[in-house]
Amino acid sequence: MGRYVIRRLLQMIPVFIGSTFLIFFMVYALGDPVAALFGEKAPDPATAAQIRHDLYLDHSLGAQYLHYMKNIFVGDFGTAFNGEPVLTLMGDAFPITIRLTIVAIIFEIIIGILLGVITGMRRGKPVDTGVLLLTLVVISVPTFVTGYVLQYVFGVELKWTSPSVSPSAPFNELILPGLVLALVSLAYVTRLTRTSIAENTRADYVRTAVAKGLPRHRVIIRHLLRNSLIPVVTFIGTDIGALMGGAIVTERIFNIHGVGYQLYQGILRNNAPTVVGFVTILVLVFLLANLLVDLLYAVLDPRIRYA
Amino acid sequence: MSTGGSGATDALMAPTPRPPGGDEGGPLLDVRDLHVEFRTREGTAKAVNGVDYSVNAGETLAVLGESGSGKSVTAQAIMGILDSPPGFITRGEVVFQGRDLLKLGNEERRKIRGAKMAMIFQDALSSLNPVLSVGEQLGEMFRVHRGMSRKDSRAKAIELMERVRIPAARERVKQYPHQFSGGMRQRVMIAMALALEPELIIADEPTTALDVTVQAQVMDLLAELQREYNMGLILITHDLGVVADVADKIAVMYAGRIVETSPVHDIYRAPAHPYTRGLLDSIPRLDQKGRELYAIKGLPPNLLHIPPGCAFNPRCPRAQAVCRTDEPPLYRVSEDRASACHFWKETLDDDSLPSPDA
Repeated sequence: MGRYVIRRLLQMIPVFIGSTFLIFFMVYALGDPVAALFGEKAPDPATAAQIRHDLYLDHSLGAQYLHYMKNIFVGDFGTAFNGEPVLTLMGDAFPITIRLTIVAIIFEIIIGILLGVITGMRRGKPVDTGVLLLTLVVISVPTFVTGYVLQYVFGVELKWTSPSVSPSAPFNELILPGLVLALVSLAYVTRLTRTSIAENTRADYVRTAVAKGLPRHRVIIRHLLRNSLIPVVTFIGTDIGALMGGAIVTERIFNIHGVGYQLYQGILRNNAPTVVGFVTILVLVFLLANLLVDLLYAVLDPRIRYA
Repeated sequence: MSTGGSGATDALMAPTPRPPGGDEGGPLLDVRDLHVEFRTREGTAKAVNGVDYSVNAGETLAVLGESGSGKSVTAQAIMGILDSPPGFITRGEVVFQGRDLLKLGNEERRKIRGAKMAMIFQDALSSLNPVLSVGEQLGEMFRVHRGMSRKDSRAKAIELMERVRIPAARERVKQYPHQFSGGMRQRVMIAMALALEPELIIADEPTTALDVTVQAQVMDLLAELQREYNMGLILITHDLGVVADVADKIAVMYAGRIVETSPVHDIYRAPAHPYTRGLLDSIPRLDQKGRELYAIKGLPPNLLHIPPGCAFNPRCPRAQAVCRTDEPPLYRVSEDRASACHFWKETLDDDSLPSPDA
């Protein structure tokens, strides 16, 4: 197990280098950040050259990349063009997005799995059909629609929660945005759990559990659910990365100054250090989440052993 | 223990010769006129059509028949683990220790399952939960039915594993089903059925998934434990070879009906139903080496369309016009034998049909 983890961590190094270089290359090679800094006006050549020199932009792309990576390892993600260090931006944005992601994941786990079990046990019944239809609607309607609708209904009309989130973004204000963020994944978790449960209800070991005279709840939770959750866990695990990076729409709707917001601003302003810095961290989150899922796999299914 | 069940039931199932354990009146289990059907989109499949059999304490009843003859469905109906829907018990009684199980509530039935009657399934690999350790699965019986602590139930699990002669039980109790060999896994299944020392065990083809040498070991173990605990045993099988050594009496099933019942030795000497005869003749024998093995021609009937008259008539070498129109009742052949064949007498006497006897 320990050796497996070390091997996986080592495998992350080339993936990390490759993906960061790709991001770096795209952001720096496809636009002129100095020109973007001046907006519509033509920059003074001398000033532009000075800025280029200060930002290490007068070197070759490879040299720039090495310079950037070297700085990352001492904790210097560069400076955003508004003068703030990118690290400070991250320090502000990531805690907020992590809280948002936690709320979303909790929704996925509790509501998604619960609905999945209920529908899986009652296939073809009205509950099942109703929930299935609902998940289909949720999956097909884009997040910005459901987001604005829920914001309007619960925030503006019913006033159950504030329609926009304050800068400190406490958990209680993140419940509605978290639900909006989770909604599509929640629908997938429901469907995945349902299929998995439906498949396993006919399994021989479930029949054995019934024949042993176990109470129904024990058969379902201990025998059926335990086996059915394996694919669901995989999905939720990989979803962590997606939720953290993909909250751009949700964060815009509810005015949350998290990772999605910063990324959006960075892209809009062609702010290379911000974009590359944030994406680099997201790549790491993805890689670690994947490792976590693989390890969790072995915990849930003893037939899987890593050497 | 109440003894309400009437002793002799409509003369269909003849009273059985003294089981070693004896008992106090009615049989341990008495299945009467059981009907089970499966309502599917294609129509209603009549899987069990009036089965009667009984088992006494300490006695072994072998239920014989091809796949789809209804032997497993009958067992599931007795255990109360029939998939419903699509399966429905439409008629009959399952009298166990004097009580009709079909009239009990779900909770009462659950308490009987595992504790008073237990089942051993065919394929132990798929029948054991792959993600729970063997110790947890064995211990669960004591935790749920007896309210034991985790620690005590583990000790019991180890004891059980030693009981069914699994070596190094103390270490293996933590292992998972996939880490056991086929024979050892089936021993775990037997241990699980045995856990609460039930009065009745139903073994549904317990050795079919095992290789021949292990088959004998597992069968011997089962027979030995049965004697020791004086349990009733229903042994479902399609292997006549297994039956001869362990069974006291045999019920042969075809298309959801019992076509012949008999004490075990009589049936080998002279079957009273052409179907039983066919089964016996299709056992490979050393003295017929080199000759083509006999096989009953045709296929078992589609349960959606069971042929009128005797269900076996399209495959029967002895079929006459009457067989295609009149369903044969279960004729009394002798004190403890019965056959559902219009020509049971001829079958019993005739030694030359359908295959030449060496």
